[in-house]
Amino acid sequence: MAVLTREQTTPGTAGPLPTDGLRRRRRYTADQVPLGSLLLRLLGGLVVLVVFLLPYLIMFFGSVKTKAEIRSVDPTYFPREWHWDNYLTMWSTPETPLLQNLISTLVISLCATLVVLAVALPAAYYTARFRFRGRLVFLFLVIVTQMVQPAVLTSGLFREFIAMGILDTWLAMILVNAAFNLSFAVWIMHSFFAGIPREVDEAAQLDGAGTFAVLTRINLPLVWPGIVTAVVFTFVASWNEFAASLVLLTTAGNQPLSVALTKFVGQYETSWHYVFGVSIVAIVPVVLLFMAIEKRLVGGLVAGSVK
Amino acid sequence: MKDLLKALPWIGPAVALIATVVLFPVGLMFWNSTRDISQSGVDKGGVGLDNFATVVGFDAFWPILGRTVVWVVVVVACTLVISLALAALLNKAFPGRRLVRMAVIVPWASSVVMTTLVVHYGLEPYFGIINSFLVDVGLIDSPEGYGWTRHAGTAFTWAMVVAVFVSLPFTTYTILAGLQTVPGETVEAARLDGANGVRTYLSVVLPQLRGAVSVAVLINIINVFNSLPILRVMTGSIPGYDADTVMTMIFKYMQNQRQIDLASALSVIAFLVVVVIVAVYVRLVRPLEEV
Repeated sequence: MAVLTREQTTPGTAGPLPTDGLRRRRRYTADQVPLGSLLLRLLGGLVVLVVFLLPYLIMFFGSVKTKAEIRSVDPTYFPREWHWDNYLTMWSTPETPLLQNLISTLVISLCATLVVLAVALPAAYYTARFRFRGRLVFLFLVIVTQMVQPAVLTSGLFREFIAMGILDTWLAMILVNAAFNLSFAVWIMHSFFAGIPREVDEAAQLDGAGTFAVLTRINLPLVWPGIVTAVVFTFVASWNEFAASLVLLTTAGNQPLSVALTKFVGQYETSWHYVFGVSIVAIVPVVLLFMAIEKRLVGGLVAGSVK
Repeated sequence: MKDLLKALPWIGPAVALIATVVLFPVGLMFWNSTRDISQSGVDKGGVGLDNFATVVGFDAFWPILGRTVVWVVVVVACTLVISLALAALLNKAFPGRRLVRMAVIVPWASSVVMTTLVVHYGLEPYFGIINSFLVDVGLIDSPEGYGWTRHAGTAFTWAMVVAVFVSLPFTTYTILAGLQTVPGETVEAARLDGANGVRTYLSVVLPQLRGAVSVAVLINIINVFNSLPILRVMTGSIPGYDADTVMTMIFKYMQNQRQIDLASALSVIAFLVVVVIVAVYVRLVRPLEEV
């Protein structure tokens, strides 16, 4: 039932290579739009825009309020005074060492991304280019890891990492994030490699290039968009990971922001303005990154079902 | 065999990573579910299936299981219906469409914990901004509010709202990708036959979305079943087990009660549920065809 083809999973683009876009179909859109229905669409678009941004607008306005204002029994929708200094003072609160949490989030996400790239790139290239026994078993294994999420395995991981002596270390979460995002990276890069005509490789081999040289000099420039997508997706997913970090990182300073911020809930007097300031700092960069790969997100997530 | 050896340097690291972080913990989890492990982590020997008996025999087990089904079914169904409408809108041409599409991505990229935190704050009595909005428009009468986050039932309902909200982007984008595959000719043919917009959508477009919808639904079922952060933030501070799902219960066993053997037993049950869903996915979607 694989009904989607690759060029259709990347709306608005012709796929990774021009060769992919040849079978392009006409899009399902009305030709002539009456003014009434256009206005209706505009209105619908506006509602969607507001609803999707609302929580983050509340967050932003909250982040520049004073503690007195955000905890006032007569709440304000917009800040009375804009306290940008919150963004400086918020890093030192008694609940959790937020600056260390930010560093942890950054280190874990960056390292996990590097590991994924180093491990997934060769696997994606080889499985797209060569047929060998066990290839399908390997690809099946990769799909299954995407379906099984760390939350359901934490009890096993917890005991394993104690035995390995890496419980409560960055390394533990780097491995977990790398393993569970491997699937997306392998699939998205696999589809890009598969889009390069084999003749390109063969021509290079005739000129005396080895397998490794073919990969680095001929293929890499062509699959660059796939690599960028894999890197961004892994980074953002690791940045936001919660369930495994909650159990596997026990020291406050080692925990990422996602875990650290939950400690503010249920406090006698929660400093919500700080929670929101930190959230804005954590959210804005990854939203921008995700927007950059918007067109290719679906392709890697629904794995082999969209080819 | 020889070509597998040749492939090993290329796929070996990936296999090693999956084996260490996915396969081995699964095995260890099954093993631990049959052991008696003390709170300090000492393995005191095998107990057969006693841990499973304890977990299933727990008073709140069946209510938790039922609530998990409600959680998954309601969230996935609402997500699907709203996403179908959203995708239909975003597939139509209108000025500013790109901006709206970008806005839809925001909850996808944002930390689910942080999105839930802002809703939790908004529902607080007196100073919560959502609560205060509901008072302003007259839906509730007192700024004390209903204590949305204090009661298991209301907190759980709001958690479902948040879960739908954060599931919308992926689902909408997957259906949008499916809409690109609907050939314009089939829609025009239906129009020429005199079908109106709704009729055309239901009888021509929707059937052709079957593939995209089944992928989106199955991946959503797995994601929602495995979801921890939303309930953890919204209902985590409520005493008792009236807002728990299987997933939050696993973490209660692990963290509050430090009973890793019971946590493992419940994880094994959850894992088997996931295996069944994955099996359905593989059969229905056939992801390995033509790779």
